[in-house]
Amino acid sequence: MNAAPMNTTVTTPVEREHALHLLHQMLRIRRFEARAAELYGAMKIRGFLHLYDGEEAVAVGVMEALTPDDNIVATYREHGHALARGISAGAIMAEMYGKQEGCARGRGGSMHLFDAATRFYGGNAIVGGCLPLAIGFALADKMRGQERITCCFFGDGAVAEGEFHESMNLAALWRLPVLFLCENNLYAMGTALERHQSVTDLTRKAASYDVPAATVDGQDVLAVEAAARTAVAAVRSGAGPYFLECRTYRFRGHSAFDTELYRTKDEIEQWKQRDPITLFIHLLMDEGLLSETDLAELERKVADEIEAAVAFAEAGTWEPVEDLERFVYSDRRSP
Amino acid sequence: MSGNGQMVPMTYREAVREAMREAMRKDERVFLMGEDVGRYGGCFAVSKGLLQEFGPERVRDTPLSESAFVGAGIGAAMNGMRPIVEVMTVNFSLLAGDQILNNAATILHMSGGLFNVPLVIRMATGAGRQVAAQHSHSLEGWFAHIPGIKVITPATLEDARGMLWTALEDPDPVLIFEHASLYNMAGELPASAGPVDIDRARVRRSGADVSIITYGACLFKALEAAETLARDGIEADVVDLRTLRPLDDETFLASVAKTHRAVIVDEGWRSVGISAEVSARIMERAFYELDAPVERICSVEVPMPYARHLEQAALPQAETIVATVQRMVHAHV
Repeated sequence: MNAAPMNTTVTTPVEREHALHLLHQMLRIRRFEARAAELYGAMKIRGFLHLYDGEEAVAVGVMEALTPDDNIVATYREHGHALARGISAGAIMAEMYGKQEGCARGRGGSMHLFDAATRFYGGNAIVGGCLPLAIGFALADKMRGQERITCCFFGDGAVAEGEFHESMNLAALWRLPVLFLCENNLYAMGTALERHQSVTDLTRKAASYDVPAATVDGQDVLAVEAAARTAVAAVRSGAGPYFLECRTYRFRGHSAFDTELYRTKDEIEQWKQRDPITLFIHLLMDEGLLSETDLAELERKVADEIEAAVAFAEAGTWEPVEDLERFVYSDRRSP
Repeated sequence: MSGNGQMVPMTYREAVREAMREAMRKDERVFLMGEDVGRYGGCFAVSKGLLQEFGPERVRDTPLSESAFVGAGIGAAMNGMRPIVEVMTVNFSLLAGDQILNNAATILHMSGGLFNVPLVIRMATGAGRQVAAQHSHSLEGWFAHIPGIKVITPATLEDARGMLWTALEDPDPVLIFEHASLYNMAGELPASAGPVDIDRARVRRSGADVSIITYGACLFKALEAAETLARDGIEADVVDLRTLRPLDDETFLASVAKTHRAVIVDEGWRSVGISAEVSARIMERAFYELDAPVERICSVEVPMPYARHLEQAALPQAETIVATVQRMVHAHV
């Protein structure tokens, strides 16, 4: 059954400092989004809010394998990627508030986070629409002899889009440095994988383009990191693109409007047994790498960061309506 | 190239090719990408010879994947290159509609001004070659609806030669619509011909009695009509819009203020198109200048038929322009 969690054991060993860093990153995402959901309920955040709850190990593990110079293209469920990549929680929260201190001045919102310093090129809310962009980023780098690679996140739903197939073919044909990072959470919004794919082994799609591929347990942050390092090394070697499927699950609905008629509570509960954060905490405690005190300290750091982010967003300002028509065309006065 | 005044015989096709050649020579970030632009030489032979001169890295044949290669152009533009993406025809561009509308036009705005998209997309547009309903439409008006992109329609050799470089220097996406019936148009250009602006309309023929406002291949039907009308004592001001977005209101409004009559000629369909937009702006800003209602001559609202007599009947023609102007002028003498 496709919806069953993978039953791999969590990978070991890991150094304590690195382990705490990974846990910290996952906790930041989990707590940040829980707070965002509350603020959505309080109507501080509006529009769509697509939460990453349950999938944190994927963004955290993959970002570890990338360098600051690499390019990131992501989907509309990208708070986790943005946080793990290093966009400040305050800039993300302010963006969700619609404040001009947000990372896209409040023009993008939750689905369109952007940041130049971390080479984070969106937050794309058309399923599959970010893949051709990734091809272009990688093409430009290859043409100019740059070392960097482009990592493109997308979900299983995107695999049904023509843009996925066009982009895989083009990347393979031109041997472009693209990491196709498929977050297979088993549902394209509410349509289960076996109801939208004639072939549910997604690595076979990659095989048809002669793109090397691997599948990893996306609930295991160490396994994700290891698989991503292998994938990134392959791409950086100049061998062309690589397809990495991370098997994961979203614990909450597709968006705030989802009544979840399409899946059972049992299935969700079964997956929650493989919560990437709980699994990792248990592993680290079993290994003697994490104490209750360490965990409390991490939680306190995360809580402080989120409170500061909320305070930053609350204190943020609204862009003057007179500026409404800016950023439609470039302001030639700016450098 | 020799003296500035020296005239060189050239077709529209060669003018576009020269513009691309010059751009690739001047700026190593510029490259051409599209279906059959390399070995085939371009489906309209526009890029013939460029592969030999610049090599396959910079004259890049693509698979038939409009969405992927247009999107790749966007990504490459955001990452430091200056791509020219060729889409064979405007009808095919609909396969890349997601990338043009949802990415090229929006990323500057969605990113709060962080990332601009200095991309040029060229495509053929228009009818007259009996290639029926999937290769003949004039959809530049659709694209002109979209904030965030610029839409330009070179009609003359000078513009075919000169608008591309200016478009490449623009920080935002520019779509260039080349009417397919113009590629064989022959004429002369100064050897020194170079970049021209992409934001002003141009009066191509001066007259005091009526403004004929048009763009693209219809410019030449309008000029032909103007010569016929002149024999009847009616002098037409012929305005070539050149740029459909942003529209240069001032030039056509000044023309209307001079002539007090306006006929808009557009190969696109009448409903909800460029002709409707120009007409509305005249109503909004020059209503009291008008001696007659604005008239529009557009393509008949059918998918373009194959049979020659039907296709010609569907398109704006010089005779229709002449008859319309005569009716307008004589009704108000």
